[in-house]
Amino acid sequence: MSEKPHLDRARLHELYRQMQRIRRFEARCVELYQAQKIRGFLHLYDGEEAVAVGVMAALEPRDAVVATYREHGQALARGVPMDVLMAEMLGKVQGCCRGRGGSMHLFSRAHRFFGGNAIVGAGLPLAAGVALADQRLRPGAVTACFFGEGAVAEGAFHESMNLASLWKLPVLFVCENNRYAMGVPLADAESQPEVVRKAAAYRMAAEPVDGMDPVQVLTATQRAVAHIRSGAGPYFLECRTYRFRAHSMFDTQAYRRREEVDAWRRQDPITRLQRWLLESHLTHAEELAAIDAAIAREIDEAVAFAEAGSPEPVGELERFVLLDRVVQEADT
Amino acid sequence: MNDATPQTMTYREACRQAIRDALQADERCFVMGEDVGLYGGCYAVTKGLLEEFGPQRIVDTPLAEVGFVGAGVGAALAGLRPIVEIMTCNFSLLALDQILNNAATIPHMSGGQFAVPLVIRMATGAGRQLAAQHSHSLEGWYAHIPGLKVLAPATVEDARHMLAAALADPNPVLIFEHIVLYNAEGPLDPAVTAVDIAHAKVRRSGSDVSLVTYGNGLPKCLAAAEGLQAEGIAAEVIDLRVLRPLDMATVTASVARTHRCVIVDEGWKSGSLSAEIAARLAEDALYELDAPVRRVCTREVPVPYAEHLETAALPQVADIVAAARGLVRAA
Repeated sequence: MSEKPHLDRARLHELYRQMQRIRRFEARCVELYQAQKIRGFLHLYDGEEAVAVGVMAALEPRDAVVATYREHGQALARGVPMDVLMAEMLGKVQGCCRGRGGSMHLFSRAHRFFGGNAIVGAGLPLAAGVALADQRLRPGAVTACFFGEGAVAEGAFHESMNLASLWKLPVLFVCENNRYAMGVPLADAESQPEVVRKAAAYRMAAEPVDGMDPVQVLTATQRAVAHIRSGAGPYFLECRTYRFRAHSMFDTQAYRRREEVDAWRRQDPITRLQRWLLESHLTHAEELAAIDAAIAREIDEAVAFAEAGSPEPVGELERFVLLDRVVQEADT
Repeated sequence: MNDATPQTMTYREACRQAIRDALQADERCFVMGEDVGLYGGCYAVTKGLLEEFGPQRIVDTPLAEVGFVGAGVGAALAGLRPIVEIMTCNFSLLALDQILNNAATIPHMSGGQFAVPLVIRMATGAGRQLAAQHSHSLEGWYAHIPGLKVLAPATVEDARHMLAAALADPNPVLIFEHIVLYNAEGPLDPAVTAVDIAHAKVRRSGSDVSLVTYGNGLPKCLAAAEGLQAEGIAAEVIDLRVLRPLDMATVTASVARTHRCVIVDEGWKSGSLSAEIAARLAEDALYELDAPVRRVCTREVPVPYAEHLETAALPQVADIVAAARGLVRAA
C-alpha cells in the first residue's frame, strides 16, 4: 500500500466500511437476481468501490452527484439509504424512485443525487448544467460527475469538458477507467488511450489516480475539490480501476483473460485496505468483524424492507409523466 | 398609446418582448444558445437583449447542441429557469438524447423527485428556400414524447404570451416558432396579458368543414377559408396551438358541428401529427363524420431549394381549398 496521508482511524474505518457495504450489498443483489427478484440489467461495481467511496468521502451535503448506470456504489457511498435502494431494485413503491428507475436509475433529491444515467456520456452535459445553476445559486458547491472511460469517445464528453472549462464551472469529472467499454479494450477505442491527457485539450486541471486505493482517491478528490471551490474551474480525475465481474449479468467475458482478472483481484481495494489497517495496527480483526457484522445486519434489514414492500398500484402508472409543481430544494 | 387600443406587432418582436418580460420577472431565468448574444439571434429574436441584460442572462454557447441543451436540463434540475434557444429544430436532432432521455424522462424515472422546468425555443418549418437541412418540421416528432409539452404559436398574441405560461409550467416545454411567421404582423390586444397552454382555439367559425392546423398552417387555412367563403363554403379554422398534450375536445366539438375535417400539417404525412389527429377522430368521432378525413401535408421529400419545387412540396392555400371543396361537394 502506498504512503498514507494523515487520516484518523475513524475516517479509515469508514472507508473500509463503505467499500464493504457496497461489495456485500451487490453480492446480495446477485443472489436476488438469480432468484429472479431483481430483473433487467444489473451492472456490478465489484472492484471499483474505492472510487465512489474515496470521492464521496471528500464531498459535502451541498455538493451534487451525477452518476452512471453502474451506480449502486455511488448511491450507497453518497448516503442514499440501503433500504430504499434495495426496494428500488425489487421494483417496489418504497424504492427511491417508486420502482420506476431500477438498478440503472437511482435518484435521491435529498442527497442531491441526480441519478444513474444509462446513456453513456449523457450525464456530463447535465452535470455541467447542475454546476451552472450552483455557480449562481449555491456558490462553493461542487458537482461530481461520474463516467466510464467508454464515455470519453462520446461527443457529449468533449462538449461538456469544453463548456465546463470555458465557463469555469464547478464540476469534478470523475472518470472510472475500468479499461473496457463493455467488451472493447480502451486501446481499441481511443486514439489517445491515456485518458487523463484529454483534459489538457480543454486546459483543465487533471491527474491520474490509483482507483484501487480509497485513500489515494480521497486525497486526490480533496485537492480537486479545493481547486474547484476556489473558483479556479473544473478538475478531472482519471481513476484507474478494474471491474472484477462481467459488464452485466449477460456477459461471457470473451474479451479478457482469466489471468488478467486474477492479477487485478490481487489489488482488491478492500483486502488491500484491510491488510494495511491490520499491519499498521490501525485496527484489529475483531473490529473489522464487528463492522462486517453490522453490514450484514443492515443488508438483511434492507432486504426485509424491500421484500415487505408493495408494488406501485398500476393506476399510478402515468403519475409523474407531467408534474404539477417543482419540488423546491427547501422541501426536502 | 391608450392601453385599451389594440396595437400591431411582428411575431419576432412579440417573441423578444416575451423573453424580456421573463428575464425581468425572474432572476433565475436566462437565455442560452448559439449566437443569442453578440449576434442577436439567427432570426434576430434576441437582438438587443445582451446589452440590456448582460452576459449572465444572455449566454452565447459554442456549437455544442448536446452540451448546452444538456446543460439546460441540468440547470433546470438544480433550480434555474433556462430558456434554451436551438437555432433551428433541424439542429435539435444533435440534442435529441438530452431532450428525450433526460428532460422528458427524469421526472417520471425519478419517481417525481426531480422536475425539469426547462423551455426550449426553436425555429421550425420551410418556405424560405433554405433547402432540406434547414427546412424540417419536427414538432410532430416531439409531440410523440410523453413528458414534454409542445407549443406552436401561430399568432402574435401566442408568440407574445406563450413563453410566460411555458416558464410557469414545471415540465419541459418546447416552443416551435415558424420561420415564415417571424416577419408577420398581427394585432396584439393590450387587455390580453396571458394565454393558456392547454387549449386549441377556433380562429374562424364555420359550419361546413373544419380545417385543423397549427403554426404556419394557420394563415394558410385562414386564407383558404376566405377563398371557400367566396364559393359558399363556410370553413371553421382550428388552431391547435398545443401539439402535446393535444386538445382533442376542441377538435371533435368542431367536427361535431361541421362533420367534415381537413388536417393541414407541414410535417410529412406518414407517422405525422396529422395521422394522430385522424386516428383519434376515427376512434372517438367516427360517427360525427359525413366524409373521410383529408390531410394536406408536406410531400414526402427532403424540402428542396428551388422555389417552384419548395412551393410544390409544402401545403399551399389552393391545396387546402381543393381538399375542403372536395369534401363538401361530394356530400
